[in-house]
Amino acid sequence: MIGVALKGIAGRKLRAALTTLAIVLGVAMVSGTFVFTDTMEKAIDTLFTDAYTGSDAVVSAKDVVDLAAGETSRPTVPAALLDGVKALPQVEAASGAIIDVARLIDDNGKPISTREGAVGFSIEADQPRFNPLKLVEGRWPAGSQQIAIDPDTASNGFAVGDTIGVATRGPLRRFTISGIAEFTSVDAGGALTLAIFDPPTAQDLFGKTGRFDEILVSAQDGVSQEQLVQAIEPILPADAEVATGKAEVATQSKGSNEDIALIRKFMLAFGGLALFVGAFVIFNTLSTTVAQRTRELATLRTLGASRRQVLGSVVLESLVVGAVGSTIGLILGPALAKGLNALFVAAGQNLPQTGARIETRTVVVSLLVGVLITVLAGLFPALRATSVPPISAVREGTLPRSALAPYASYIAGAMIVLGAGLLAYGMFASGLSVTWVLILLAIGCLVLFVGVALISSRLVKPLAWFLAWPAARAAGAAGRLARDNSVRNPARTAVTASALMIGLALVTFVAVLGKGLQDSMGEAVESAVRADYVVNGPITPDVGNALASHATISSVRQDAARAFGSDVSVGGVDPSTIAKAMSFEWDQGSFAELGPDGAVLQREFADDHHLRVGSALRVQTPQGNQLELEVRGIYSPPKFDPILAPILVSQQSFDAAFERPQDVLVLVDGASASTLERALKPFPEAELQTKAQFTADRQKEIKDTLSLLYVLLALSIVVSLFGMVNTVALSVFERTRELGMLRAIGMTRRQARRMVRHESVITALIGAALGLPLGIFLAALVTRGLADEGVAFSLPLVPLVVFTLIALGAGLVAAALPARRASHLNVLEALQYE
Amino acid sequence: MRPAGAGANVVGMSEAIAAPAADVADQAPQAVVATSGLTRDYGEGDTAVHALRGVSLELSRGKLTAVMGPSGSGKSTLMHLLAGLDRPTSGDVWIDGTQITALGDTELTKLRRRHIGFVFQFFNLLPMLTAEENVVLPLSLAGRSPERKWVDELIAEVGLAERRKHRPSELSGGQQQRVAIARALVSRPTVVFADEPTGNLDSQTSGEILTLLRGAVDAYGQTTVMVTHDATAAAIADRILFLADGRIAKELGPSSAHDVLAALEDVSRR
Repeated sequence: MIGVALKGIAGRKLRAALTTLAIVLGVAMVSGTFVFTDTMEKAIDTLFTDAYTGSDAVVSAKDVVDLAAGETSRPTVPAALLDGVKALPQVEAASGAIIDVARLIDDNGKPISTREGAVGFSIEADQPRFNPLKLVEGRWPAGSQQIAIDPDTASNGFAVGDTIGVATRGPLRRFTISGIAEFTSVDAGGALTLAIFDPPTAQDLFGKTGRFDEILVSAQDGVSQEQLVQAIEPILPADAEVATGKAEVATQSKGSNEDIALIRKFMLAFGGLALFVGAFVIFNTLSTTVAQRTRELATLRTLGASRRQVLGSVVLESLVVGAVGSTIGLILGPALAKGLNALFVAAGQNLPQTGARIETRTVVVSLLVGVLITVLAGLFPALRATSVPPISAVREGTLPRSALAPYASYIAGAMIVLGAGLLAYGMFASGLSVTWVLILLAIGCLVLFVGVALISSRLVKPLAWFLAWPAARAAGAAGRLARDNSVRNPARTAVTASALMIGLALVTFVAVLGKGLQDSMGEAVESAVRADYVVNGPITPDVGNALASHATISSVRQDAARAFGSDVSVGGVDPSTIAKAMSFEWDQGSFAELGPDGAVLQREFADDHHLRVGSALRVQTPQGNQLELEVRGIYSPPKFDPILAPILVSQQSFDAAFERPQDVLVLVDGASASTLERALKPFPEAELQTKAQFTADRQKEIKDTLSLLYVLLALSIVVSLFGMVNTVALSVFERTRELGMLRAIGMTRRQARRMVRHESVITALIGAALGLPLGIFLAALVTRGLADEGVAFSLPLVPLVVFTLIALGAGLVAAALPARRASHLNVLEALQYE
Repeated sequence: MRPAGAGANVVGMSEAIAAPAADVADQAPQAVVATSGLTRDYGEGDTAVHALRGVSLELSRGKLTAVMGPSGSGKSTLMHLLAGLDRPTSGDVWIDGTQITALGDTELTKLRRRHIGFVFQFFNLLPMLTAEENVVLPLSLAGRSPERKWVDELIAEVGLAERRKHRPSELSGGQQQRVAIARALVSRPTVVFADEPTGNLDSQTSGEILTLLRGAVDAYGQTTVMVTHDATAAAIADRILFLADGRIAKELGPSSAHDVLAALEDVSRR
């Protein structure tokens, strides 16, 4: 029986190849994701290990507020502490370090670095033990005019001796490049740009004179990291802390590892989706194979094969396809990982990389998942095969109807209801964690998809009738025959179309939801911002001051702080100008009585903490300063994007309480763009935006995410394409004699080609006719669930038309080879074909 | 256009049943199908099979010609070449004055639409179309709208007036072949080719089908070429060509099944 199964595969090469491809892509996505994220994890780990190489202990300020590194005003330790540490007998050496954000700017004033990947820090050249970098060229920077940069930046046309601009939220400064340096063991891959200074220059540049971000300490021989920490602890002030080098590496990489774990789950979901679609294709192909082999299977039964052996032979076939497909997918994984990296770079997410990591887990999981899904998808057709009675060997027999067939509609209905129910529960039930909501949504979607796929064989006929109308008009008899052919095996057409439906439903969902989010964002900005122009931060208040002499401005400071035991953003506004630059929908009070000790709150924040005008409120800054405030006003911001921080205080109070205040927003009115551009010349970081540009800027993240999702979802559409090629090829193959007859009685090659193409397009359009409404339904449901967040439902017509065209294109592509075969058929051979 | 030299090469024309060769050449319209020096080889070199070894013939309008011969005699090959389904190794074929051996695939297909009707052994109806839709299929493919009256007449003629909305799976073999005959006649083709039309039917049904074919020749003057190995079928023909070893070996006028069998045996023995 094993021989029969294997020869069966060999005899249906094209079909086996297409089926295998259906599983290859999904497995490649799974293994590629593992390789990609493992590599990234390793790279980041190495990066941090390198950064603290030679550090047995690290002294830093206690974080009052949980800040993302470099995002806001991270607290510092006094520089004097360095001498105290050095004086300890357990300490062999210590170095004070500055770590901040510094964007490198080219000669035209254009930033080279991204906002996220612009690292600026200090290196003590005579303390190589703490230095994670190695010089490629030149020397370490020394003195207030020198900088060292990374090789990637240097490749933009910078050499030792040239000057380069540096922007640190403040005015642009120019430095002379003294050297080029890179990490010893990791390729930052253009993810990071490095701006390296000597410590006094860095302190001055980042406004940290007399302070350090970290003090790196190495122990005397024989002193353990723990002993060193114990020795340092007593001399620390209350707001500083010390950790072992190992612990510091762990703490630092923990954040990125969590991010990577999230990316991994996110991308595995798309691998899973591709496999799910692949399962449809496999199910369809094996079902067709079993149906065509009815007589063969029955003959085997009359020759004494047991049901178990028949089952085994079909299962074996899927096992072989699964194993081969998974192995190929696994091998393609690392290549796909490179592609994924490129994709993230294109989406503006630069990630450090090192040599590809292929863990045992990657191999095991990829193979297991691929084989398991294939076998599961093949199980149902295999069970059908066992119901072939021996008598079919001698009788013109079709496959007996499945015992479940009469209930298919009920099962489908039940699944649709269950799927929609799970989705609704996930969206509307309160108190569910995000993980649970996502799980419910995912399962709900899958159940809904299977349900729709099951019922779709009933929808195929009416849909084909409707969708084939243009084909029948344009292609005459060929079009009408295509329509009739597409409904000859409704179940097969339905499953083929359903595979495409899944991908199309999800891209539609993404497009509709994305449009809703973008529109909501646009409305939020439209309703809240009154000023003509905006400078988007974070930037130094110098920018606002520079503009103030040319225009009416209102600047908004912002930083992180703590209130009511959790982190919250606090804004600093000028009460006399802000109400002109932005709209406020007041519930209580106003800015009028803000004063030095007043606060204006957003409605939601006030409600959450049961505050009203007159209530007292205490806010703690990252530096540990306490602000005692009284609520003077409560307003309702646009729900989707409140733009401002939940707590607003006067700018004077803000500047007094927060270290190195930064503007998150400067609202500008009453001057021409050219005047303003001129005033902003010294600040390359400050970009003048119109209200529309400001909106687009805030929408950009949504757009980038949309593009990323489209690419990832395209994978499952490609998988369904293989299924379509398979189905179209099968129908041409099965109808060889019929095609011969048609050609004999006057069908031209062109007509034969068109007939096959139209059939494929009709099938694809059925997929679109099912997928688009389903996607819109899903988006409507989720939008409804997010209504509290201010998300409105909005139908994007252009993408919907584009998706329909994509389906049409998919149909044409899938039909290309089968149509060629049909038109080049040898009429005589075809007529004699059985 | 007239087949050049066709008349001179006609093989086996018998004065008793056909006009003298010279007359046929002069009266070109009479020769609705003609071939000259038709050969067809399969394969090359030593392994080549010579299915036809030079056949020249002319078939008159409005006649039913049967082609007989033992298996491997080349009768199917001849029919395929006449119908433009296959291309000769050498020699030419004319249909209604058009040299079809010079045509490209698209022109040939269009010529088949206009000039040729087919009846196959295995009916070859489209299962998803009704009987009537199957009948008008050649017209649909040509983008012509069927003449209502003619289609009704044809369907009535083949006795399927009651079953025009039935699909092939709801029809018996004989009924399916009736549909196929109506389909072959619907475009009023210059010539109908019937390839073993009774090969898949029982003897009674065969008789009915043969009657229909004969009826079309008599009623509409439908030129028909029928390949068969059934002597009863050949007995309805106006002219019977016997092929053996790729050549026309013998020819009879209207004959009884008994005479046909005898002739066939004679040809096979040679």
